[in-house]
Amino acid sequence: MGPFYFPFDNLLCMLLGISFTVWITLLLVFIIVPAIFGVSFGIRRLYMKTLLKIFEWATLRIERGAKERNHPVYKPYTNGIIAKEPTSLVEEMTEIRRSGSNRDLDGAATLSSSPLASGSSSSSEFEMSDIFYFCRRGLESIVDDEVTKRFSAEELESWNLLTRSNYNFQHISTRLTVLWGLGVFIRYGFLLPLRVTLAFTGVSCLVVLTTLVGYLPSGRVKNFLSETAHLMCYRICVRALTAIITYHHSENKPKNGGICVANHTSPIDVIILASDGCYAMVGQTHGGLMGFIQRAMVRACPHIWFERSEVKDRHLVAKRLSDHVQDKSKLPILIFPEGTCINNTSVMMFKKGSFEIGCTVYPVAIKYDPRFGEAFWNSSKYGMVNYLLRMMSSWAIVCSVWYLPPMSREEGEDAVQFANRVKAAIARQGGLVDMLWDGGLKRGKVKDTFKEEQQKLYSKILVGTQEDRSRS
Amino acid sequence: PLWCDKVLLRASRRVEIAYFSHSQITRLYSRFHSLDKGENGALSREDFQRIPELAINPLGDRIINAFFPEGEDQVNFRGFMRTLAHFRPVEDNEKSKGHDASEPLNSRNNKLLFAFRLYDLDRDDKISRDELLQVLRMMVGVNISDEQLGSIADRTIQEADTNGDMSISFSEFIKVLEKVDVEQKMSIRFLH
Repeated sequence: MGPFYFPFDNLLCMLLGISFTVWITLLLVFIIVPAIFGVSFGIRRLYMKTLLKIFEWATLRIERGAKERNHPVYKPYTNGIIAKEPTSLVEEMTEIRRSGSNRDLDGAATLSSSPLASGSSSSSEFEMSDIFYFCRRGLESIVDDEVTKRFSAEELESWNLLTRSNYNFQHISTRLTVLWGLGVFIRYGFLLPLRVTLAFTGVSCLVVLTTLVGYLPSGRVKNFLSETAHLMCYRICVRALTAIITYHHSENKPKNGGICVANHTSPIDVIILASDGCYAMVGQTHGGLMGFIQRAMVRACPHIWFERSEVKDRHLVAKRLSDHVQDKSKLPILIFPEGTCINNTSVMMFKKGSFEIGCTVYPVAIKYDPRFGEAFWNSSKYGMVNYLLRMMSSWAIVCSVWYLPPMSREEGEDAVQFANRVKAAIARQGGLVDMLWDGGLKRGKVKDTFKEEQQKLYSKILVGTQEDRSRS
Repeated sequence: PLWCDKVLLRASRRVEIAYFSHSQITRLYSRFHSLDKGENGALSREDFQRIPELAINPLGDRIINAFFPEGEDQVNFRGFMRTLAHFRPVEDNEKSKGHDASEPLNSRNNKLLFAFRLYDLDRDDKISRDELLQVLRMMVGVNISDEQLGSIADRTIQEADTNGDMSISFSEFIKVLEKVDVEQKMSIRFLH
């Protein structure tokens, strides 16, 4: 180690120091300060437009390359792969009986001397061909069913230069591979560290600021500061994901004393909504880092955290929620009635608990654009950390949020019907499929009552109603 | 990823290629793969039961059973496609000759045989009164009494049985259903 190395050391230190300062300044100017004040330079939108152009080119290039090599391209079809007959059980059974049976259908004359033969022209007796309906329906559901595909990420029609969403990748052209490699470098070498830094900043700011605000006496000043602190930190987190969000109909934003319900795709939904408005969160208390953050947040403004044991007690949950909404000084509650993450192509059954409380419901529809990054959290495949890493190494998270007009329960409507009405409104706005199935089917089995309904329907066809049942 | 499994796909192109186009096979394989939670290249009965629409089908268990050969409880992709091939529409028959010039899997007869086997619980090529009762019970649940169900079964056998052995053989089954449009009722059309 002679004097030969010193100038280089000095130079190196100087360079590092300068680049570090520049880096921090850029970060502050372009990201942190706009986050604090809620303004935007429009850089992210420009980024999005550029990316779209590149993706289009990439997809065309793949198709061209595939054609040259006479290779079929795998194209996902969102409308399903088989044609499903829309006929119901009743329709099909009557049709089977009408079209082909060796039994004489009209009048009293019968082929056999069985006393059971009914003279009814709708011939409600058992046919051996009845089995065809159940058989075909069963096979159709094996090939393509409506439910299980909601629990895995939607397939993209065009490629977005991420290996994880690619079904056709082989070496098609050098330019494409170079572009892909460049994409990997940019995302993992530049965007990921940037985002992780921002995420840390955002979360630590949240903890620090909410703790500080917590020391103030209750009052308007505290509420104002708490709201500002929350908003600011969530905006930094939004930038940490490079989330490009478009809010529609902000005049319908949830107000105090109400409940905000939205469709659930990922834990990021919370950040997206909370960066545009202040909500009281509902959830289970966790230990560790999550618990630490929760405890800090609740000091600044009243969130609703439940112990694990309390979650099972539905009355307790309902009581706490309704106490909260009755206090008009408290923020609107944010709830995801599906209870689990769905892949953003459909809205599944809403649990009726939050609709029984009897206050105004503010529906919100969230629709992600999967071309820039898949936001759906497939919790059976990826853990939380893995998921966050994938989020932060995608291009961006692009979504639209629609605030729908508030709804209340009408006369003569029970909680389930109200929940379905809200769900239909959200599905319509977001362009999602409205489904009656329970999101809990991701992990659990379907209830036997559904099979029993089918059996009941079929029995009705077999023996008719009480009046025209043939004597045996 | 899908393109890695080309080896598997190539291996499956024996008989089944006659019934499905390349893109249909790829799509079916993607479906097979998504059902295969254990990722061991074969489906078990539990994998099928995880499909909610199949679980609520009164004959769900019988249909699932049709995929599994006698005594086995794993079905690989070839077996999966083979069973599904029964449901190809009949008009697509120009190129689909059986590999030993036997009847194609999706012929009217083979579709009827598939349905026959749904009734024939013990695979003895006869539908006995007892088997018919059991299948009926699956379809109606608890909504019909034993006596009434028994009469329905008796009548059905009486009408179908021509050789007096109090059970329905396959040829008797075919006769009963000769006027039914089997091809349409037991076919699934692919969109692409």
